[in-house]
Amino acid sequence: MERVPILKLGRTLFVSIQIDLQDDSVMRLQEDLADELAATAATGVIIDITAVEIVDSFIGRMLTMIGSISRLFDAETVLVGMRPAVAITLTELGLSLRGVRTALNAEKGMKLLSGRAR
Amino acid sequence: MTLMDELPIQSGDDVVRVRQRVRVVAADSGLSLVDQTKLVTAASELARNALVYGGGGTARIEVVTSAAGRAGVRVGFSDDGPGIADVDLALTDGWTTGGGLGLGLSGARRLVDEFELTSKLGHGTSVVVIKWSR
Repeated sequence: MERVPILKLGRTLFVSIQIDLQDDSVMRLQEDLADELAATAATGVIIDITAVEIVDSFIGRMLTMIGSISRLFDAETVLVGMRPAVAITLTELGLSLRGVRTALNAEKGMKLLSGRAR
Repeated sequence: MTLMDELPIQSGDDVVRVRQRVRVVAADSGLSLVDQTKLVTAASELARNALVYGGGGTARIEVVTSAAGRAGVRVGFSDDGPGIADVDLALTDGWTTGGGLGLGLSGARRLVDEFELTSKLGHGTSVVVIKWSR
């Protein structure tokens, strides 16, 4: 199982998913992020999915859960870089990713988060 | 390119390999990027089902041609698991026995052009899907 690295940039945790996600890797990411949020008191999480070719119901559910978990640590999650084909497929699949904010790219995602930086 | 591929589904890595293979065959068959993505996503759901609920199985990926001469990709999933007691219920949005969202099977059906599910209690489940090029 490959692990997704988590970078800390100021008070933001930055995750760029560059691997073909398997279920165990996503669950591991969820746990690693919760640990990092608790340890660093970060106020934001950016998840970059520019390189992600598909988001199925399991991965989608995990992304939503990461958003919920972050909120419990007083941090906001922004999902950035979704491919158009992924957006169309997710919608048809019936997943809305409710509760997770999205932005077109990492820069806009950082801007969204800086609005609430303390 | 071979016309038919058979891949095992025994681990999470196998599910990833099935997705990657379906992507290559779908691209080679001329499916649009959106249609490739839909088929690969459906394949991901069905491969996971075969692994989680069926205890593992097999994926068969084939290039097919419709009566009207259109190219398409057919992917068949089979497992020797416990089977599905109520297929109609299993295809309902939101119904789950696995603690998920219950969108895997019903969602996969929406993403493809043809979908056929056969299941026999105690003998396993088979799902065949086709996506045609436009």
